[in-house]
Amino acid sequence: MTAAPQPLQPPVQPTAHASRGPARPPLDGRKAMIECRGVQKYYGDYHALRGIDLTIREGEFFSLLGPSGCGKTTLLRTIAGFEGIDGGVVLVDGRDMANVPANVRPTNMVFQSYAIFPHLTVAENVGFGLRRDPRSRAEKAAAVEDALGMVGLKGYGGRAAHALSGGQRQRVALARALILKPKVLLLDEPLSALDRKMREQMQVELIKLQRQVGITFVLVTHDQEEALVMSDRIAVMFEGEIAQLDGPEALYARPASRRVADFIGVMNFTPARIMGGGADHVTVAVPGFGTVDIPAANVSRADRGDAGPSIGFRPEAATLLPAGAEAPGRVTEGVIDEVVYYGDMTYYDVIMDGSDAYDGVPHEVRISMRNVFGREVPDVGTRVRVSWSPGSLVLFR
Amino acid sequence: MNRLQGSGLRVYTLIYLAFLYAPIVLLPIFAFNNATVIAFPLQGFTTNWFVQMAENPTLRQALLNSLLIAVSASVLATCLGIFAARASTRFDFRGKGPVMGLIMLPLVLPEIIVAVSLLVVLLAAGVGLSIFTVILGHTLICMPYAVAILSTAFSSLDKSLEEAAYDLGETKWSAFRLVILPLVMPGIVSALLMSFTISLDEFIIAFFLAGNQPTLPTYIFSQLRFPKSIPMIMALGTLLVLMSIVLLTLAEHFRRRGVARTGQTDTGGFI
Amino acid sequence: MATANSTETGQGLRLIAPPLLYAILMLAVPLLTILAYSFFKDGYLTIVREFTLENYRATWADPIFRTILARSLMVAAMVTAVTVLMAFPVAYFLSFVVAPQRKALWIFLITIPFWTSYLVRVFLWKVILGFNGVINSGLKTIGLIDEPLKFLLYNTGSIVMTLSHSYAPFAILPIYVALEKIDRSLLEAGRDLGESRLMTFWRVTLPLAMPGVVAAVLIVFIPTIGDYVTPTVIGGGKIPMVANLIQAQMLDIDNKPLGSAIAISAMAVVAVLSLLFLFLNRRFLRVRA
Repeated sequence: MTAAPQPLQPPVQPTAHASRGPARPPLDGRKAMIECRGVQKYYGDYHALRGIDLTIREGEFFSLLGPSGCGKTTLLRTIAGFEGIDGGVVLVDGRDMANVPANVRPTNMVFQSYAIFPHLTVAENVGFGLRRDPRSRAEKAAAVEDALGMVGLKGYGGRAAHALSGGQRQRVALARALILKPKVLLLDEPLSALDRKMREQMQVELIKLQRQVGITFVLVTHDQEEALVMSDRIAVMFEGEIAQLDGPEALYARPASRRVADFIGVMNFTPARIMGGGADHVTVAVPGFGTVDIPAANVSRADRGDAGPSIGFRPEAATLLPAGAEAPGRVTEGVIDEVVYYGDMTYYDVIMDGSDAYDGVPHEVRISMRNVFGREVPDVGTRVRVSWSPGSLVLFR
Repeated sequence: MNRLQGSGLRVYTLIYLAFLYAPIVLLPIFAFNNATVIAFPLQGFTTNWFVQMAENPTLRQALLNSLLIAVSASVLATCLGIFAARASTRFDFRGKGPVMGLIMLPLVLPEIIVAVSLLVVLLAAGVGLSIFTVILGHTLICMPYAVAILSTAFSSLDKSLEEAAYDLGETKWSAFRLVILPLVMPGIVSALLMSFTISLDEFIIAFFLAGNQPTLPTYIFSQLRFPKSIPMIMALGTLLVLMSIVLLTLAEHFRRRGVARTGQTDTGGFI
Repeated sequence: MATANSTETGQGLRLIAPPLLYAILMLAVPLLTILAYSFFKDGYLTIVREFTLENYRATWADPIFRTILARSLMVAAMVTAVTVLMAFPVAYFLSFVVAPQRKALWIFLITIPFWTSYLVRVFLWKVILGFNGVINSGLKTIGLIDEPLKFLLYNTGSIVMTLSHSYAPFAILPIYVALEKIDRSLLEAGRDLGESRLMTFWRVTLPLAMPGVVAAVLIVFIPTIGDYVTPTVIGGGKIPMVANLIQAQMLDIDNKPLGSAIAISAMAVVAVLSLLFLFLNRRFLRVRA
């Protein structure tokens, strides 16, 4: 711990999303492409969708994120028309979809298994939906070739579909759906079958593709990182309900509930006591952190089953200070209890002094630091000073 | 140790195969043997028994009847089997267990029971015994085999294939025709061939339900009592075995093509 | 709007209606009819529709029926034991020794004899075992015997052997399928935990293969009880089994109520024995569920 203090930085925040900011036109003024109003769905006694309200705009990259069984795939399939609904309304491009079957809806789907027809060639797969198209054979063939070019499979048309790799199947599925120029492309966990490297590559390609074709993408995923990387907005779902609908930054920085915070990324939770408050803040006492004024914007709700109020903060929202260094925010002290080395960064589990004040149990907080060449990684047992700012804490009450 | 065990099992299996093939190997030997008695030593080569067989009018009638029955029963059983296999693999409906149980019951029911119960009902209903009544019975006993083969074919299909076709603008029927049917076609062909083979070889039901019409098995059974007909039956048996092998090879070929076409791994076997 | 469940039931039932209707008309109705007949009186050329238990009394009081039923059960039990015991090593060989890409070929080889004319196959055993048959004439030709061996044909042993030959694939295939389903790492775990090869087979492989063995037993036992051709051809009519008795009552003697009662009685015995067998093996069958 000899180098200069490092500024606060978010090490796990993916870079792909950050880079797309300026190129994006604002979506606020766009018209609604998909509207769900009080959508209900039952499977027998099981209440799969409990009144979904949601508006997805034209040209938006929208994600439905949640653990398995939360209803995200069911919601996607009701938009596609594969599942009927037991209450509410689904509108696509302003039109009620109640009596519109899946085969005439202006939506197309990329299936989790890709559903590539194994008895057809790549070109026959991509051109499958053009059967009723009045264009000439040559024009259709050109359209297929264009679609294959769009997904980077130019010249693959004659191959047998079952001989393709996972990534290639994914591209064929995309080309097959996009060739029909749908208003909405629905993607059901499209990257879950790919290995990590391929998945990261396809994330970037999907973003580029969506910007290129400009239509609404609705992605279902259980992978929070994938949703954060790709989406303009994300709906987090638990048990058939939307728990939070926000942009990636807001979702990450100000989760609406402790459960959302726990699902998205890593967050430290420490029990807190509410001491008072004003119009723009709530004053809490947090063992190991002292008395803190939490800005009103950072106050979220606790979930049923939580023991009491707690504060949460992301591992990158605090910094370990070298001895003698000064920091802009508040500084408290503790001892390193565990060090987990990840190559580009390191996680430190720190027991803050006095963290056992409430329940006699010392509470660890996890702090992440980007590793810098020439700076040593401190060992377990080292006393450290931790710098943080009240604005990066979230209160769940 | 393991290798030794493996070779021991291999020798055992080869002996077992010899036991399985023993009777069949004798067929052509005596079919071409120039003697009216089936015994060693062999008496020289002849094709007389095949000539005698070809000139036998009753046998020709029995063959025609059997072919008519086998073609009708296999087509009917396969068509009904498609409905049952599709319903049982695609839908989860109430009463599925008992319904499928009834359809598959002939697999474990002794054929004599199927034969006598059908006979009693047909006579009570005033239906005359003929080739037609044999077709009814054979369709019933072939149906479970067709369902078993077709269920395997249908269940290996990803449900989203059909949804994808529907999503891409096809109707439910055209999605079935363009995607499901081509993918299960090898299964359909193999169900047809298997049902055909079963019907062609079935004796008890034909024995009870054919009235005075001969089928190949009932004709063979009637001739087994006459020693002088035996060499001709050997010749006929040789041809039947050849035909069975050709049909089964075809069925296996179609099954494998189905496996290759959908890019699955071959798990072997058509039952 | 209807719930998904009831639409699925509706769609499923509509689709399965044709084969179901066929099975009801051609199987359920006939079975119920012989059940009803078994409680009617026989009036020589007509059936008197009057409830009676007389057919069952006559059936069970008849020593011939009891002897034949006992013989059928014994033959079927022996056939089942012989077939399944002989089939297990073959199934084991197919599943554990044969290379995956050659399995289809082996199974094909094993099933071919089964699909060739049943009657001809049974008759060939008579040819092989007969008084002037292949074995006797062969042995005489090479001078090993002077007089034909008479014990080869027309006895229970020859019936058992012929039936074992006929039902071999029925036993091999279910056991093979059960063995194929066994996760190979379970066997490695058994060895890893200190068991010998033999004990691993006994404690891991065999219990996991039992569903296939149970299926094989039932698939062989039930149809063999009702076999007609083999006792007729191989037994030479001297060793009748239940099917011969039913055939005689139904066609030759034309007493349909009594024939029905015999058929129902035999079926009931088989059903009870099968259920008992399933019950005794229930702990093996629960594993996979």
